[in-house]
Amino acid sequence: MHETKEKHDFEPKIVAFVCTWCTYAGADLAGTSRMQYPANVRVLKFPCTGRIDPVFILRAFQRGADGVLVSGCHPGDCHYMAGNLHARRRFAAFRGLLDFVGVDLARLQFSWVSAAEGGKWVEVVTELTERIRVMGPMDEFKALETEECWSGVLATPELQEAYNNI
Amino acid sequence: MSRIGVFVCHCGENISRTVDVERVAAEIGKLPGVALATDYKYMCSDPGQGLLKKAIAEHRLDGIVVAACSPRMHEKTFRNAARAAGLNPFLCEMANIREHCSWVHEDREEATTKAIDIVRLMVERVKKDKALQPITVPITKRALVIGGGIAGIQAALDIADCGHQVLLVEREPSIGGHMAQLSETFPTLDCSQCIMTPKMVDVANHPNIKLHTYAEIENVDGYIGNFQVTIRRKARSVDMDKCTGCGVCMAKCPQKKIRSKFDCGLGTRPAIYVPFPQAVPNTPVIDRENCTYFKSGKCGVCAKVCGPGAIDYDQQDELITEPVGAIVVATGFELYTINEKPKGSSIKGYGEFGHGTIPDVIDGMTFERLASASGPTGGKILRPSDGKEPKQVVFVQCVGSRAREKGISYCSKVCCMYTAKHTMLYKHKVHDGQAYVFFMDARTPGKSYDEFWRRAVEEEEAVYIRGMVSRLYQKGDKIVVMGSDVLVGVQVEIEADLVVLATAVQPRQGADSLAQKLGISYDTYNFYSEAHAKLKPVECATAGIYLAGTCQGPKDIPDTVSQASAAAAKVMTLFSRDQLEREPIVARVNERNCVACFSCKKVCPYGAVEEKEIRDRQGNLIRVVAYVNPGVCGGCGTCQATCPSKSVELDGYTDEQVMAMIEAL
Repeated sequence: MHETKEKHDFEPKIVAFVCTWCTYAGADLAGTSRMQYPANVRVLKFPCTGRIDPVFILRAFQRGADGVLVSGCHPGDCHYMAGNLHARRRFAAFRGLLDFVGVDLARLQFSWVSAAEGGKWVEVVTELTERIRVMGPMDEFKALETEECWSGVLATPELQEAYNNI
Repeated sequence: MSRIGVFVCHCGENISRTVDVERVAAEIGKLPGVALATDYKYMCSDPGQGLLKKAIAEHRLDGIVVAACSPRMHEKTFRNAARAAGLNPFLCEMANIREHCSWVHEDREEATTKAIDIVRLMVERVKKDKALQPITVPITKRALVIGGGIAGIQAALDIADCGHQVLLVEREPSIGGHMAQLSETFPTLDCSQCIMTPKMVDVANHPNIKLHTYAEIENVDGYIGNFQVTIRRKARSVDMDKCTGCGVCMAKCPQKKIRSKFDCGLGTRPAIYVPFPQAVPNTPVIDRENCTYFKSGKCGVCAKVCGPGAIDYDQQDELITEPVGAIVVATGFELYTINEKPKGSSIKGYGEFGHGTIPDVIDGMTFERLASASGPTGGKILRPSDGKEPKQVVFVQCVGSRAREKGISYCSKVCCMYTAKHTMLYKHKVHDGQAYVFFMDARTPGKSYDEFWRRAVEEEEAVYIRGMVSRLYQKGDKIVVMGSDVLVGVQVEIEADLVVLATAVQPRQGADSLAQKLGISYDTYNFYSEAHAKLKPVECATAGIYLAGTCQGPKDIPDTVSQASAAAAKVMTLFSRDQLEREPIVARVNERNCVACFSCKKVCPYGAVEEKEIRDRQGNLIRVVAYVNPGVCGGCGTCQATCPSKSVELDGYTDEQVMAMIEAL
């Protein structure tokens, strides 16, 4: 029988934004080849990585993702000619922004996985999952989100003071 | 409130082995808006689809999720089933719990949890799905073929034979292209003119082909099925309707010393000329740059001798606009030139070969003209410098090709074969001559190709030296060729009478500007890019435009003809319908929000974004907004992610749909 799976204290939630033509197909290939990888990843399919708005990544972090993967066709192989290149450029700038607001960039992974690279998909997902598992949960954005939702009380001393002065 | 139906498939045991499908259905059934959640052994089977259709009617479902295999596998199947049951097919989504779940995980608990998550995301998505109608666009059943070489001729004849109108546009005064220049063709050594000219005549006589020679593409607008093409018909200075092609003007023209481009500069032609005797159409053109009348206003001999009065010195370029439904691009190649260092390109040139300063160093096409029975020497192999018969000829392969340091890393594909052919032609004409070939590899894949090459080596006694030439220089009336033989490991020096360089095949000058007019992509060398290297070798990524011949990459005549026929077949497939139906996954602009920054236009790989003017009832311009032409849009969604005012939405992948999934994480 199969060897018993190691149990972990923390199972990270990984969200993958992938393009239909390359990475989604690559993940399908990993399936048809019966490769095994951690069950932490949830795949969201887009026509092209060019469609992926950085806002989606931010929202995913807010909604409980501990790690985000963005993956599309290799440069030059884009089904839509250049969508992945636009995405690359966009995310190069976006990484700087994330870094600035204090997100550990190791939580965000970009990769190129072609429709023929089932093995690479498994590698990328496994590696990212293991990495995030070691890093632990990403709480900052979730905490902010909770705070935003729970807006009944003026919590900070500055705001309290301002409130008192009204 | 939505009424979503969820169908969880066992896929025999493929899914149910690791995923507890009953639990998935039970958990999903608890979600708000889910009217029905059930499981079945084989959803894709006929009873499975029947179950789905019945449920749509019984439960009045307004959205369904089939949790089964990859949508790449069966999305179409289930969408068709939904359509048959009266539900818009775009309200049917698939949750991939086989390839992305049951097949890649072994732990039943983990896999079931993941499957529930996957289905939940899709349920949230389908709630936001909108009914989409397939887009239909009318098709103008008329094709444009750009380039009148063998590729263009083949494509034009195939399409025309199928009963469709074809416009064939050729830049030169005659069709024929490079193939008309060749002497004989490998691997059968049949005479190129003999197999080419009948096809040229067929084009001229075909009732469905409208030929525009001495014309160029000025502008291309529109999209698949509905292109508007503007063609510039350059001033020929000869009225094509009046001219009978008698040739008196050419015989009487006093200016006869112009180097013939067709003969690679070996022969001469008059100022009023046809490029070669078998030209189609057989109507001369006045070369205004060299014509005495156009230079000094005196002469006018051709007008005086022309019986039908066809000479028209005042003719102007003419712009005509034609509607077409499909375009075949067959603009061909040109040879890398060693005469001068190419300007503006990253290609370095061959200073060590004298940049073409030695007259008896020629390229392969010039050798073709020397060997051609209709060439300037009447088929005799004679040196350009002194007209003597060369007794030692050195052929150098891979000049320009496969030389990364020179700027071209690709293989030109035809040189190995045509050099082998040249050695044979030479041996057949100069029996006591000796041919040497410097080569890197002999690449002869193709039917009867290797046998042909072996014949050149074994029977025609060409000496093949593996290695490259490092330098050429003139010594008396000889050319000293210095190179290395890497197999033996020695330096070789040959005193040759004639050197033939197999220079690289390159796209036409200006290939990039034509590509920009057409909106098709090209690689770093300016070869046009096919939509998929293996599975879409003749289609461009831009719908309705197809590629044939060497404009897409170096290839020989058989490959060119095959590709041209393939491109023609694609055009005929398109023309077999009256309306073009396509998936409505296209971007739409919210005109109220659009601030007309046209960031979308900059990133659109298809050129689908247009500037739309909004006017009031009096016709005054209020503002300009972006408009996405649904016929052209490829549906990548890059515009949506780029739009700073969030005014463009990709149907089927709207922000609402994506956010619904993210919220459900």
